[in-house]
Amino acid sequence: MTVKTPTASRSNLLLTLTRYREFGIILIIIILAVIVTLRAPVFLTLGNFRDILLDISILVIVALAQTMVILTHGIDLSVGSVIGLVAMMVAFTIKANPTIPLVVVVLLGMALGAILGSFNGLIIAIGKVPPIIATLGTLSIYRGMIFLYSKGYWIPPFQLPDTFKLLSKGTFLGIPHIIIFAIVVAILVYYFLNYTRTGRDIYAVGSNPDAAQYVGIRKQRIIFLVYVLTGIAAGLAGVLWASRFESSQTNTALGFELQTVAASIVGGVSISGGVGTVPGVLLGALLLGMINNSVTLVRISPFWEQAAQGLLILIAVVSDILIMRRVQRNKSK
Amino acid sequence: MSEYVLELKNIAKRFGGVEVLHGVSFGLRPGEVHALLGENGAGKSTLIKVITGIHQPDGGEIFLNDKQVHFDDPLQARLAGIAAIYQELSLCPDLNVAENIFLGRQPTTVGGSINWRKLYSEADRLLTSLGVHLDLKAKARSLSIAQMQSVEIARAFSLNARILIMDEPTSSLTLKEVAELFGLVRRLRDEGTAIIFISHRLEELFEVADRVTVLRDGSYVDTRLVKDVTRDDLVRLMVGRTISNLFPKQDVKPGEIALKVEHLSLAGIFEDINFELHKGEILGMAGLVGAGRTDVARAIFGVVPPTSGTIQIEGRQVEIKSPQQAISLGLAYVPEDRQLHGLIPAMNITSNISLPILKEYARRGWLQDKAERSAAFSAARQMEVRANSIWQLARTLSGGNQQKVVLAKWLSTKPRILILDEPTRGIDVGTKAAVHALMSNLAAEGIAILMISSELPEVLGMSDRILVMHEGQMTALFSRAEATQEKIISAATQTIKTVRAL
Repeated sequence: MTVKTPTASRSNLLLTLTRYREFGIILIIIILAVIVTLRAPVFLTLGNFRDILLDISILVIVALAQTMVILTHGIDLSVGSVIGLVAMMVAFTIKANPTIPLVVVVLLGMALGAILGSFNGLIIAIGKVPPIIATLGTLSIYRGMIFLYSKGYWIPPFQLPDTFKLLSKGTFLGIPHIIIFAIVVAILVYYFLNYTRTGRDIYAVGSNPDAAQYVGIRKQRIIFLVYVLTGIAAGLAGVLWASRFESSQTNTALGFELQTVAASIVGGVSISGGVGTVPGVLLGALLLGMINNSVTLVRISPFWEQAAQGLLILIAVVSDILIMRRVQRNKSK
Repeated sequence: MSEYVLELKNIAKRFGGVEVLHGVSFGLRPGEVHALLGENGAGKSTLIKVITGIHQPDGGEIFLNDKQVHFDDPLQARLAGIAAIYQELSLCPDLNVAENIFLGRQPTTVGGSINWRKLYSEADRLLTSLGVHLDLKAKARSLSIAQMQSVEIARAFSLNARILIMDEPTSSLTLKEVAELFGLVRRLRDEGTAIIFISHRLEELFEVADRVTVLRDGSYVDTRLVKDVTRDDLVRLMVGRTISNLFPKQDVKPGEIALKVEHLSLAGIFEDINFELHKGEILGMAGLVGAGRTDVARAIFGVVPPTSGTIQIEGRQVEIKSPQQAISLGLAYVPEDRQLHGLIPAMNITSNISLPILKEYARRGWLQDKAERSAAFSAARQMEVRANSIWQLARTLSGGNQQKVVLAKWLSTKPRILILDEPTRGIDVGTKAAVHALMSNLAAEGIAILMISSELPEVLGMSDRILVMHEGQMTALFSRAEATQEKIISAATQTIKTVRAL
């Protein structure tokens, strides 16, 4: 049976676009960089770039995990609360035992995150509750637990040992630890999504759950897994957050979940599942970080920052829909 | 050693309290194409899903090469050499061709990571051996249905499948693609693959199948050699009774002209369509999928207005710019895709039926439930819709009953011109006969019917005249007396204009 592929150059261009969504984001990043540099030359300095990376490191870690959830056509709205709860529990633990080794602290945070994430996973994979509802519930539950656990107190910087603060602030070969954490997570997620069967199964489940099941992929297991992984990432982020901001408060990472979703979607992850890459999300997070940074540099009202982020999300989603529609139309011809 | 590569004995399956398979037995020989036949709901799909491990039987035994097997999940069945191509295609639209072939078992390196280079080279080798040319990195989303099927077949053969199950593989293919598919099926059969083939088109069974097993209401009826049975035999086995006249169009003396179309064109889609449709007449529109028939219907109904040409309704020239206007002019259009255009699945039968004429049931903006309910009830009864109540959601009805609701809905607008697009696609033989009888009655009442159909027997049996289209052009217009299958097929595949004025 001989079947020809569409050869029209126009449709090939569109297909290339769908394959390499990253180009569009790079283009926006370059344009933004040029404009901001013209107004504030300090933007294009190594020091400023380092500031941006410091600012987005935690976002990158959680956004990459959020991406895995969105790839399965889910969403995890509880990550901000998980970060806050883990940060609080870890901070209290360190305050009580200042000599506890940092490795144990990090592992403890990730373990706590895994427990909170697996609760999400259970409700969604076994209980079949829609992810947006389930995690909206745990968003409130976990946030409420922060208050219950801390009884409304917060951990100020002087109650945390310097070694813990160095966890994020220390440098290795001149690179701050927190950036190294983000790079390692990015490499791990990239390898996991592209070079393991489980990683590919995540794409398959999000793209066509029935098809995935027909070829023997255990759908519920994959869905459970992505929420656990997101919990672990948020747990790690909670430890880093407490270290970087040298404190833990009841409103730590409040609303952060929307940042992670924004980074994913601006980075080309499709909200309907199955589409998205690690480089794309990194660029998405970078773009958000740049906007944040340049708003301060150019001295625009911070209100514009939110509006700019919102606009980017809309552009990302609408261009996705338009490209999909064109691909479908070319096909039906 | 039995003669069968796959043998099912007394397979039973229950869903909830309802038994849908009552002790079905079935034997599949190596190197044969074995058709599985039955009305919708006869249990074919359930049986297939038992064989492929999606469902587990509640009774009975399955033997594969004389060894009893039990599949807990689809993967086990696949590894045992059973591959299936489902009605709803099971590709991941966002993954590329090569990865879809190896989904769930991508080749890996010693370290356990996916070996993409090997994946692409094996996919290439596989597609080449099947004679299929596809861009390995194209997303499945961008493929045509035929291309998607070839990817699924390649997937089946990447597993060295010895048993290939094809569930309605031809329902969305053009005639040419069907011919190519059958060529491939015969080649695989000759190489020793056992193939289970499901299709609603009886003609196809005669073309490609060696044996046929008929199921009815979840029970085994009979297995026959295809060369020993006739079409009528099979229909009788399926329904358990003889449908003496499958296509009972009564002779109606055509009345005055209801719809006249002259030089109708839609740039780039179809051009220069001319016909007259009389009251009491059924005008069949034949042609291949993609010939532009649906586009003509949609243009007449005002969905996508034509770019040139004229439309006259009952002698008056009209310019139809929207479906609302078409409805007010007495037109009704029953679209091809029930789920997509014809029904609102989440609404109940009553609401679906009264949707186009809600205004009639409203007093100062408030709906008068009682009138709506009784009108819907009588319409549903007239159409013999089989449902628990008129409050049942449309989504939960069978395909045939959904089609009846769609018809009831449009008939409630009391149309004078009815356009039916593939009115019996995918519905079972019994419902089909009911729809045909209804069409015939409507014509006798003086309604003019334009019927698009890809099933030649339906076109030949139901139409007073037959218009044939090919690639956006009208290639022939036959009267019922002169039309034959051969003439229609040749007109549907040629571009030369041989329009005969009547």
